[in-house]
Amino acid sequence: MLNNTGHLLIFLVMVLSLTIIYKSYLELKISSQKISNSIYQLSLFQSTFAISSFLVLIVAFINSDFSLINVYENSHSAKPLFYKIAGAWGNHEGSLLLWINILVIFSYFFLIFNFNHLKKFRLLTLIIQNLLILGFVIFLLKNSNPFSALEPVPSEGLGLNPILQDPALAIHPPLLYLGFVGCSIYFSAAMASMLANYRGKSFALSIKSWVLISWCFQTLGIIVGSIWAYYELGWGGFWFWDPVENASLLPWFAITALMHSVMVLEKRDNLYSWVIILCLLTFILSVTGTFLVRSGILNSVHTFASDPARGIYILIFLSLMILSSLLIFFKFYKKENYSFNFKSKETFILINNWFMTFFLVTVFIGTLYPIFLDVLTDVKISVGPPFYNIVIIPLVIPLLLLMVFGPQFNWINSNKFFSTKLIILILGAVGVNLFIFFIFGSYSFLTNLIFISSIFLIFYSLIELKKVLQKKIKYNLPRIISHLGFGMMVLFIGINHQYSLEDDFNLKVGEEKKFSHYEIFFDDIKLKEEKNYKAVIGNFRVKNIKNDTTQLLNPEIRIYANPETLTYEAAIKTRISSDLYLTMSNISRSDFYNIKFQNKPFMIWIWISALTIVLGGFLQLLNRRNEN
Amino acid sequence: MNLKRLITIFFLFFVSVEAIENNNNLTEIYKNLRCLVCQGQSVADSNSDFASTLKLVVQDQVKEGKSADEIYEFLISKYGEWIVYNPPFNKKNFFLWVLPYLFLILGGLFIYVLIRKNRHNKAN
Amino acid sequence: MKISFYKIITFVIVFFLLIVFWLGLQKDNSYNTKSLVGTNLSSFNLPSINNEDTITENYLKNNKFTIINFFASWCAPCRIEHKYLLNLSNNGIKIVGVNFKDKKENALQFLNELGNPYEFVAQDVDGKASISFGIYGIPESIIVNDKLIVIKKVIGPINQQIYEEILENLK
Repeated sequence: MLNNTGHLLIFLVMVLSLTIIYKSYLELKISSQKISNSIYQLSLFQSTFAISSFLVLIVAFINSDFSLINVYENSHSAKPLFYKIAGAWGNHEGSLLLWINILVIFSYFFLIFNFNHLKKFRLLTLIIQNLLILGFVIFLLKNSNPFSALEPVPSEGLGLNPILQDPALAIHPPLLYLGFVGCSIYFSAAMASMLANYRGKSFALSIKSWVLISWCFQTLGIIVGSIWAYYELGWGGFWFWDPVENASLLPWFAITALMHSVMVLEKRDNLYSWVIILCLLTFILSVTGTFLVRSGILNSVHTFASDPARGIYILIFLSLMILSSLLIFFKFYKKENYSFNFKSKETFILINNWFMTFFLVTVFIGTLYPIFLDVLTDVKISVGPPFYNIVIIPLVIPLLLLMVFGPQFNWINSNKFFSTKLIILILGAVGVNLFIFFIFGSYSFLTNLIFISSIFLIFYSLIELKKVLQKKIKYNLPRIISHLGFGMMVLFIGINHQYSLEDDFNLKVGEEKKFSHYEIFFDDIKLKEEKNYKAVIGNFRVKNIKNDTTQLLNPEIRIYANPETLTYEAAIKTRISSDLYLTMSNISRSDFYNIKFQNKPFMIWIWISALTIVLGGFLQLLNRRNEN
Repeated sequence: MNLKRLITIFFLFFVSVEAIENNNNLTEIYKNLRCLVCQGQSVADSNSDFASTLKLVVQDQVKEGKSADEIYEFLISKYGEWIVYNPPFNKKNFFLWVLPYLFLILGGLFIYVLIRKNRHNKAN
Repeated sequence: MKISFYKIITFVIVFFLLIVFWLGLQKDNSYNTKSLVGTNLSSFNLPSINNEDTITENYLKNNKFTIINFFASWCAPCRIEHKYLLNLSNNGIKIVGVNFKDKKENALQFLNELGNPYEFVAQDVDGKASISFGIYGIPESIIVNDKLIVIKKVIGPINQQIYEEILENLK
């Protein structure tokens, strides 16, 4: 029953897409100022049907309706309700349906919120967005149908991989998709803008809120993913420069560049072509990322059941998207007159974009180079954290400094440059850096520079923040907060990376190990039986010799039944200044347990600062609404 | 005055942290090695049979006085470049290491030209 | 003129990327250690399972071809490939067994039960030696010639097809 309902709704979405395209096309020729009501209604119906189809899938998961292959493969009746619901988007087919939902909803919202823009531009955006919708609906129906029926109906499902049963991971995909698929709307708008010759400032105004929204969700999605990795995967890391992580970072760099340069287009009516390129690129990179992740072309920790047919379909779609956007771009390209003064805000934004493009290119090449080499020469290489650290980190220093200097400049031309205040700030930053050096011990020249420049940015942002709070100067609060967050994030990641204390050793029950200024006692193990897993729990006492405190840590080895999986749960003691992180795993054919013990300074601050960055974005959204 | 207060607060913040000794060299090496039997994990992160064996071998070689690079070279000769996360700079990987910087330079030139053109226009 | 130059460059790059993606999809991207074939075996020195004797690379120089097989009593696929090893040995092919991360009693029991195809049974108690042979999971076998050059590597258990290949090539 549910499968038919689902199919019907998807089918209706498709038919409505075709109708909207046709109607909008007819409407293009009518010279009235307004878009006719019927298009609004069709679009509203389309959103309603799309959302209902997703609700149908969720209902199927809640009821454990194993007559759907998708539910059978990804759910189990003994699973907690929350994870049953999250299971609806935790797999390829369901997430594609979510993807289509976002395409459709953004399409509708863009139509209704941009009523004061040119009609032709709006209609063309709608047409192109619906072409995208059609493409994905066909993909869903032909290859990745979440409503495919299963006969005979099995009595029990296969279950969801237990490491995916985590609250952070349950909300991670919707956030990311809102970010990645949200980009589609300004992809469509950019194409429409060229076709309708609706350029410059008005185009910037039509897309900037959408850019901001998708930026916020992308950033949040990436952060939540990292938090999940830290708490669930048990390595104590949160970012591994894994190909799948990189695939999510590529559109992020493009969108961050776009978010800055769209301001230049809005305020100075300049950089139009570049903004268009970034609009197109952001969504193209999102789809490329999807291709890389879902086709199985990459080797990665993050497992998605991959299928070559799926890869070919996305690749065809991607090619069509890229080629048509290139053709339109070159056909409608108009030469612009650039006028930039070195001492102006727009120059600094341009430099910001230069850095973002560099990071983007680096991550792009690092991710794809192994594929090229494998295809062209049959040699397999791995490109991992060391490569990115070597290439990217040195360039974070000038970026941090630019984030101090750039925002001080006015548009067009300004005379400000160095002031005594900034010099005092730099000296202060050097002082704090020396202090860190004194407390923690030696580190490299590069790290020194990173610390100094990030502290510099933090100081500067705090002072500005204070001015804003005292209402002395009407600065841009969201920007200050985001930049403050970025400076803090770099500083804390730097310290965390540099001063993590880490050891790896094997212990038997009852043994102890001395390491640095810690003594670790492996007291005993206990067995525990839960609803859907059995666990071996280790009792550890970690004694800090220096200040004579003892912490109890209880890592677990869990044996899940459906599907049968072994997971390692880290024991994490979060404190303001550092996290203690301990994982225990069994060694096959021996009585020893492998213990990984880490002391990670300022861990919680990394999350706080990353969230501060997003907070800035959301504040800006509120600002926008007040402005309007 | 305010500045001083700010800097003091920062100092105090870092005092709250206990001093920590320097990092373990072995872990650095483990982190740069791919665990071949795991999906995209480093040897440091894995406790598979292969990873634990490799850790023992690395420990031995470090004790023998071999440098990290010598250890990587030995392992590459046995398992191919796939095993290290830091791809060596050689003919095959030339573009991997050079292209990002090439783009950096080109982008810089592009911006420079834009600004210069503007100055030029003004002068005229 | 200038625009058409950028146009051409852009299209060339895009087509290159898309073609590489397409070729990448057709390719099996799983890793293997086939690169070991053609390289020289490192020198080694392993004790026999009874600790009575040792074996070094010189031992292999006497045979035209030698199969070095890594096995353990706890490894299920090793049991499956064992009959092929016995057959190879009966066909006059020299096989050196390396007992990997195993207990001596279990290993001897394993050989008693299934038969001993090995010319020499060496032991690698903590597995460290396996790294020098480029092993990353057992069962694995390496075939070397009398110049100590690796001419073939078998990952996973030897099956009928591989068995026939080996027999054909080494005879």
